[in-house]
Amino acid sequence: MTPRSPHAAHARLLDEIGAVDCVGVEERVAKYMTRSIKKASKVWGLRMAVSMTDLTTLEGKDTPGKIESLCRKALHPHDDPAVPPVAAVCVYPSMVRHAKRWVGGSRVRVASVATAFPSGQTHYRTRLAEVRGAVADGADEVDMVINRGAFLSGDFSRVQDEIAGVVEACGAAALKVILEVSELETYDSIRAASFLAMGALRPGDFIKTSTGKTSLNATLGSNQVMIEAIRDFYLDTAVPIGMKPAGGIRTAKQSLQYLIAVKETLGDAWLTPRRYRFGATSLLNDLLRQIERERTGAYQAPYSFSEAAESY
Amino acid sequence: MPPSTTPRGRARAGLIFGDLWDFDPAPETADPKLKERYDLFIDGRFVRPRSGRYFDSINPANERKLADIALAGTADVDAAYAAAARAFRPWAATPGRERGKYLFRIARLLQDRAREFAVAETMDGGKPIRESRDFDVPMAAAHFFYHAGWADKLEYVAPGRAVAPLGVVGQVIPWNFPLLMLAWKLAPALAMGNCVVLKPAETTSITALKLAEILQDAGLPPGVANFVTGAGETGALVMGHPGAAKVAFTGSTEVGKAIMRQLAGTDRRMTMELGGKAANIVFDDAPIDQAVEGIVDGIFFNQGHVCCAGSRLLVHEPVADRVISKLKDRIRVLRVGDPLDKNTDLGAINSKAQLATIRRLVAAGVREGAVLFQPPCRLPERGFYFPPTLFTNVTQSHRIAREEIFGPVLAILTFRTVDEAIEKANNTPYGLSAGVWTDKGSRILRMSTELKAGVVWANTFNRFDPSSPFGGYKESGFGREGGRQGLLDYSRRA
Amino acid sequence: MTARAKSRIPVTKTPKVYIGGAFVRSESARTFKISGADGAFFANIPQCTRKDLRNAVEAAAKAGPGWAKRSPYNRAQILYRLAEMIEARIDELIGSLVRFGARREDAARGMSVCVDRLIHYAGWADKYEQLLGSVNPVATRHFNFTVTEPMGVVGVIAPDSPPLLGLISMVAPVIASGNTVVALASEKFPYPSILLGEMLATSDLPGGVVNLLTGLRRELVPTFATHAHIRAIYASAGAEERRALRLGAAASVKRVRFADEAGAAWLEDTAQGLDAIRGFVEFKTTWHPIGS
Repeated sequence: MTPRSPHAAHARLLDEIGAVDCVGVEERVAKYMTRSIKKASKVWGLRMAVSMTDLTTLEGKDTPGKIESLCRKALHPHDDPAVPPVAAVCVYPSMVRHAKRWVGGSRVRVASVATAFPSGQTHYRTRLAEVRGAVADGADEVDMVINRGAFLSGDFSRVQDEIAGVVEACGAAALKVILEVSELETYDSIRAASFLAMGALRPGDFIKTSTGKTSLNATLGSNQVMIEAIRDFYLDTAVPIGMKPAGGIRTAKQSLQYLIAVKETLGDAWLTPRRYRFGATSLLNDLLRQIERERTGAYQAPYSFSEAAESY
Repeated sequence: MPPSTTPRGRARAGLIFGDLWDFDPAPETADPKLKERYDLFIDGRFVRPRSGRYFDSINPANERKLADIALAGTADVDAAYAAAARAFRPWAATPGRERGKYLFRIARLLQDRAREFAVAETMDGGKPIRESRDFDVPMAAAHFFYHAGWADKLEYVAPGRAVAPLGVVGQVIPWNFPLLMLAWKLAPALAMGNCVVLKPAETTSITALKLAEILQDAGLPPGVANFVTGAGETGALVMGHPGAAKVAFTGSTEVGKAIMRQLAGTDRRMTMELGGKAANIVFDDAPIDQAVEGIVDGIFFNQGHVCCAGSRLLVHEPVADRVISKLKDRIRVLRVGDPLDKNTDLGAINSKAQLATIRRLVAAGVREGAVLFQPPCRLPERGFYFPPTLFTNVTQSHRIAREEIFGPVLAILTFRTVDEAIEKANNTPYGLSAGVWTDKGSRILRMSTELKAGVVWANTFNRFDPSSPFGGYKESGFGREGGRQGLLDYSRRA
Repeated sequence: MTARAKSRIPVTKTPKVYIGGAFVRSESARTFKISGADGAFFANIPQCTRKDLRNAVEAAAKAGPGWAKRSPYNRAQILYRLAEMIEARIDELIGSLVRFGARREDAARGMSVCVDRLIHYAGWADKYEQLLGSVNPVATRHFNFTVTEPMGVVGVIAPDSPPLLGLISMVAPVIASGNTVVALASEKFPYPSILLGEMLATSDLPGGVVNLLTGLRRELVPTFATHAHIRAIYASAGAEERRALRLGAAASVKRVRFADEAGAAWLEDTAQGLDAIRGFVEFKTTWHPIGS
């Protein structure tokens, strides 16, 4: 029986997906933080993290020049030929065509935020138009935000319908659905929103934690709840959905903890940029620093790496 | 690659937990600062046993000898009690605020040497370094710190009643949490103003004797705490000594009963913390992933060498398949092996004898028709190891559902109604702990009321704290350890 | 007095034991004779067997969950009601003690203490939890609290002196917290406990909460010791009995507590209080995460 009212849909979804205990989640992820990754396994993890990075710039002051510099770094993060290119550059829609000029034809994809990022507070038709525009400009991937207002008011079907509309507008482009976990507040809501989103997605699409524009971004806890949702959805439907934690992941050590979570929750099939991404800016330099440290045995200064924020 | 184009439906998708990203060994390298020979700690000094006899302490991870441990006989136990008796009056007369300072110091000195103690604990007992480092040692320090603060507040322990120390307390502790059990026993006894003669388990004596070094550094008056080492015979001497005003024992129910019989003709006070066969009950509305984690914590923590281990999983039929399948996936990523490796989740079984017990009971489970599941895992060639083990198709009458295995072996049963869950959970002579997993608050409180167990973990499992009383119902023992309630058990009415 | 009254033969009472809210003879049909202080035959008292004890334990176990689930306020009122019943028939109880040799003023004082003691424990029934239980400030994100629970069936073995004050002093703290009792009355002076049973029956105490047996200690103590369903023992006992009770208790890890009081010490306020209640409760600690 399909639920008829928004209220019934709300109750149905929460019943189906079950509860989450937040202390339990945080105790689980604390164990990832005690893992000790050394030597070859560390280098493997660091390189994997580089290859999973959506190198991001989402600033009002972004210029074509800055995008060019970002794209160069995305293609060749480091002199070391063993360091792979990143997964994608992630930019505002107006910068898609500039980015496409530099990375088009390479393995690096162009991702564009859209749908009135980061708040999503504009008309649905405008949001759809923005998606179509970004795709027309050559975006390979679109990062959308969900309608948190609709979600929090319990209008789940509206949230899902909007996502379905964006999926259609994406055409061949992959879609990443940003839940903006800090505004959903509870792990129960994060789990519910994950399932809502996945219900409208295609294999190879992603769910994503945050815009990076609010006070609280990705955490190992929200990552855990979302990858458990992905796992449960996959085991039920055989549809593999990707995951992208974004914002707040600045150190190589953090990224390895996220990868350990992936390894132990979703398994080896998700240890690939096709199914797992990091939305990050400064993370890349720390990854490179640690890779270089492993190669040379010496700790590295931040200013040896381009675009480093910490330059003194 | 998984069938990404499969149409939505009941397709069978599986997860791959392989070796795409294998972790390199990450051994903890801190120096445990072991001595080649450990003597008895009596009257504030390390002394050789009168018999001159020593026994080997073995590292269960590789079967190598770690040290010689003194074997205490009658004369040594007498000497320990005599030293404690001499120390008692001045110690009891020491103002509480001053007694407390010694305990605070012990807590601090233990924190200073935490890593060294963790490594020693892991080498001696086989538990993963992650646990000795993050649980055993810090929790032991916390017990000293907590009880230190009680020493000058004893008039608040029991309302309407002035309390006084008992005298010399004899204590025997097990091998599963050697340092922590010592702290559980020593800290409240000393805070109350008692003196102690304590015997660690014979396979895990080293951290007690390392702690004796800390007692010396802390300047604890000689004789206040005395440690005698040895096996069961020494334990019987400590428990049966006429100089003891009270005995406190943690160990098996069988030995606990033997001590009760041994002391039947005396008016000796007793605290008994004995075995368990805890039910961990999962309802269909539980937070399933956290429940699975709690089940794992419940039975695989410390290789299942935990008296309050959640060794019986009672799972609500509607979610049984889901829980069991998630549990299997979860234990596929448990890492079994070198306890000193920082990534090890299950270390070594404490002794050859315990490994034999586990094997015997697992064989009984298979023979009685239960279905065994063990994830593929490569165990080290030397040392005592056992893989994480699940049994399904288990009934109440199976031996694996009734007897304490004290190993990483979970017996899984199902239930249909709340009453059935309660009945199955309570259908055991034990009553130490229980777990309940449900999202419904009123059901938690009902279960907590109905379950005959001294500790009920609701939506969590195997959590401990110095302020939280711990101890059993029924044949799991009597008396409490921890909190105000535990402290009172080391006192008499003034 | 009329001639009829002068020649009338009094109707004597057949003493019966109080088990499961009913008055019964021993299943064995055995009795032992008791005489008054004047040496004259008084009555045949049931000489209960271990089977009677077993039946009493069954009755106590059956009554246990219901009694434990009563609200503390309700248990308090029932204990108070019991005091009322005794106060109303206090002369009869005093008389029963005097008949078997007690001095009247001693008996009267003892019975006043009995009534006062019941009221003391009636008042405790809804208070001890706040003093014995606790909320524990653990370091992790959990709400952690300790509450008490009754142990279950408690075996009480009463002293000979004072027979009734001893029995009531031992039973009251045990039932105040929701335990049920199987008690063995004084072997020497069993009759007052038979009267007490009659008062229990007319109080609001549910049947089976207190079961009163009479009989020979040497016959019954071993069964008290070894019956595994008796979860705790509260006994006034000599050295040999203590040893036997402890030995038997070991088989099922039974809790054993002995009454230290003897003789006149039972009259004192020190013979009552929170300690006696604490001796017959289990502590249960519950953990729950705090979050979301």
